[in-house]
Amino acid sequence: MDLSQYLDIFVEETKEHLNNLNDQVLILEAEPENIDTVNEIFRAAHSLKGMAGTMGFKRMQRLTHNMENVFSEVRNGKLNVNADMVDIVFKCLDAIEGYLNHIMESADEGTEDNDELIELLEGALAQSGTAPAASDEPEPVTVDKMGGSAAEASEAPAASGADDAKKKYKSIPIADFEKNAMVEAKEKGLHVYASTVYIQESCLLKSARAFLVFKNLEGKGDIIKSVPSVQDIEDERFDLDFSMFIITDKSIDEIKHLIENVSEIEEAVIEEYDVPDTVTETVAEEAHEEEHAAKGSAPAAKVEKKDEKHPAHTKPGKPVVNRSVRVDIEKLDDLMNLVSELIIAKNGLVAVAGDSAIQDQSFNEQIEYVERVTTNLHESVMKVRMVPIESVVNRFPRMIRDLSKKLNKEMELIMTGEDTELDRTVIDEIGDPLMHMLRNAADHGLESTIDRLKLGKPQVGTIRLDAYQDGNNVTIEVSDDGAGVDVEKIKRKAVEKGNITEEQAEYMSDKEAIDLLFMPAFSTAEKISDVSGRGVGLDVVKNKIEGLGGDVEVKSKLGEGTTFIVRLPLTLAIIQALMVDVCGEKYALPLNSIVTVEEIMPEDIKYVHTKEVINLRGSVIPLVRLNEVLDIEASECEEESEDQSLVAVIVKKGDKQAGLVISNLLGQQEIVIKPLGKYIRVPKMISGATILGNGEVALIIDSNTLV
Amino acid sequence: MDESMMLDTKQYIIIKFDSEQYGISISYIDNIVRLQPITRVPHTQHYFLGIINLRGEIIPVMSMRKKFELPDKENTNQTRILILKLEGNNNNKIGILVDEVKEVVTLTEENIEKISSETADIKAYLSGVGKYNGTLISMLNIAALIADIDNE
Repeated sequence: MDLSQYLDIFVEETKEHLNNLNDQVLILEAEPENIDTVNEIFRAAHSLKGMAGTMGFKRMQRLTHNMENVFSEVRNGKLNVNADMVDIVFKCLDAIEGYLNHIMESADEGTEDNDELIELLEGALAQSGTAPAASDEPEPVTVDKMGGSAAEASEAPAASGADDAKKKYKSIPIADFEKNAMVEAKEKGLHVYASTVYIQESCLLKSARAFLVFKNLEGKGDIIKSVPSVQDIEDERFDLDFSMFIITDKSIDEIKHLIENVSEIEEAVIEEYDVPDTVTETVAEEAHEEEHAAKGSAPAAKVEKKDEKHPAHTKPGKPVVNRSVRVDIEKLDDLMNLVSELIIAKNGLVAVAGDSAIQDQSFNEQIEYVERVTTNLHESVMKVRMVPIESVVNRFPRMIRDLSKKLNKEMELIMTGEDTELDRTVIDEIGDPLMHMLRNAADHGLESTIDRLKLGKPQVGTIRLDAYQDGNNVTIEVSDDGAGVDVEKIKRKAVEKGNITEEQAEYMSDKEAIDLLFMPAFSTAEKISDVSGRGVGLDVVKNKIEGLGGDVEVKSKLGEGTTFIVRLPLTLAIIQALMVDVCGEKYALPLNSIVTVEEIMPEDIKYVHTKEVINLRGSVIPLVRLNEVLDIEASECEEESEDQSLVAVIVKKGDKQAGLVISNLLGQQEIVIKPLGKYIRVPKMISGATILGNGEVALIIDSNTLV
Repeated sequence: MDESMMLDTKQYIIIKFDSEQYGISISYIDNIVRLQPITRVPHTQHYFLGIINLRGEIIPVMSMRKKFELPDKENTNQTRILILKLEGNNNNKIGILVDEVKEVVTLTEENIEKISSETADIKAYLSGVGKYNGTLISMLNIAALIADIDNE
């Protein structure tokens, strides 16, 4: 069997399990007695082991196997969780991530054996005084493969002993028609056997073995039901066992022999099946329905709650908790492109309808209808592409924990709004900048624990990451309650580095000084640590965020802390824009940065430092003549008479504003952002181009660069 | 096509500037379109006229006259935009505005004389001179032309 086709799924799911493990181990560190967490960790480790084994990644399997053993002991109460153990487990998670990275690059796990880690794990295990083999017995955990009825099954062994525990078919609900078939068969003098087949743990091709079992039985009898379903078995969506019901005229030994003849089958438990009577039927019926509704959910109610919180964490190939489908991001991109095309075509239709003499009522109604549908379609596709930022930020608690140890500062991370959603392309890019800002907060922002105590601040520093949606933007704030930015220190540094002159430094506002932090190769860390302060820093963060169409702002109060405010657009591809005319050329201004549109009388224009400003409801706003910025030849522009009023679009960036002077307003439009191609040099103020309804191309102005 | 391959021949599109003829290997040609409104892009390379919309795709267009530092000439009914596609990446298309597209010719390797030149004008982008029906055709080295844009 070619496993390469499963590689993507393997990588995705391993990532999910790793994230989950990181979360859970952090919880465990705080609450070592939390048995739910231990169970969760055990299950995730077990899944990882199984997946790695199936894919033939032996080294990864070995490591996860040892991890699973340790948690098996913890679960059985033979081993206590301590700080050393948590450290070892975190190291293991890093090692697994190492394997995963290797696998992503080369489809091979690499040659790192991680013997040291395995020894450490075995050392931890030795404290419990049991041999590692102890956990190799089939664990009750495997029963959660059996669907909704698993709860019943896990109770069964306690009641009727170990042998019955293996007869998993006992807990399988039988539907009416299946029961009828069985009764009918019995009437005809045929046998109905129930069997649970166990495959050896070392087996790599479980589905192939299961298939051989089915094939051997073919012609000897009818398999009327199997759990998991044949389809699931073919797709390898089962653990190490499956159960089935067979109607046949052959003897029980013959059937058992047929099954066990297949190599790598550990054992087949088989017996004549007593068709359940009507009393149990209703119960079974209910259970059956439940199975349909929540197939693959965890056995105990307690754990189920956990699973809701982490919908991604289910066993391989069974993400049924909320019904979902994995889709390649490229397919979504294609879909988005098609929607974009459709919107362009729709805009074309609207333009034709506006121009042409056909003023037919029903034609216009249809166009409006199409317009509504395309807008809804666009929203739906966008929603599909939205991912909660949780998938990015959930690795941060772990990072802060590690930083706390490394920097020897006590700190905690408080995150809110992890469910805020962003476009997948933005999500993919935002991780590094956020990580950088958090490291910055931990390293530069927070004072050392001793200093904090001296200052009378709480001993434990707080770093916050708050995300929320704000209109068409998503705002992510990274803040700390540390020392804040020392404006004078920055100015000194900037003068030292020759970024600004002494004179400039003197007249610089605090805000401008703080903005110096974003200059390339500017670090105020006195001491260069490997956490941050290597000179590549905030300028890279700023570039990345601006590349995503967003902006970043810093607020800081000396002694009280620093806040980085990152604003990101909800989506990159399609936006609402105000179309404007500048001396005959059409431009698009993204609506999300526009505050108002104002009419300005020439006498209201004042001059500050030879720059034009206006006083708008108490605030002084600089005017930007777009025709000058855009280098439009004066001859193209109508000579404006002295007393003619101007139209200015007031745009904002953070709390700064500017008025962009235009010739005419053309109206609001939904536009599709297109790149300008690789070869043409594009000034910073142009963020892309868009195609208008009549096929014309208009440039999109990034007003952030003009404020 | 098979036949021409065997004879070691290539097809070229002949474009005209004033009285001179230039050849571009047909393997670079994606499309030839009539002149359409070009949206100016401010503060860009001086030889880029702007961008056009080719069936929903934005394509930058440069003027060969400006690039080769030839005197400007008014656009006529013969003016065309050649859409060139560059190796590998579909997204890397570029349009060049030319005075006239004359014809497609087939030349064998031996009809083309290789030249090398260090001059800064158009000759820097020539890979050879071809003979066809008694006229001379300067062969444009598109790869060199594009590499030159990349470097700026």
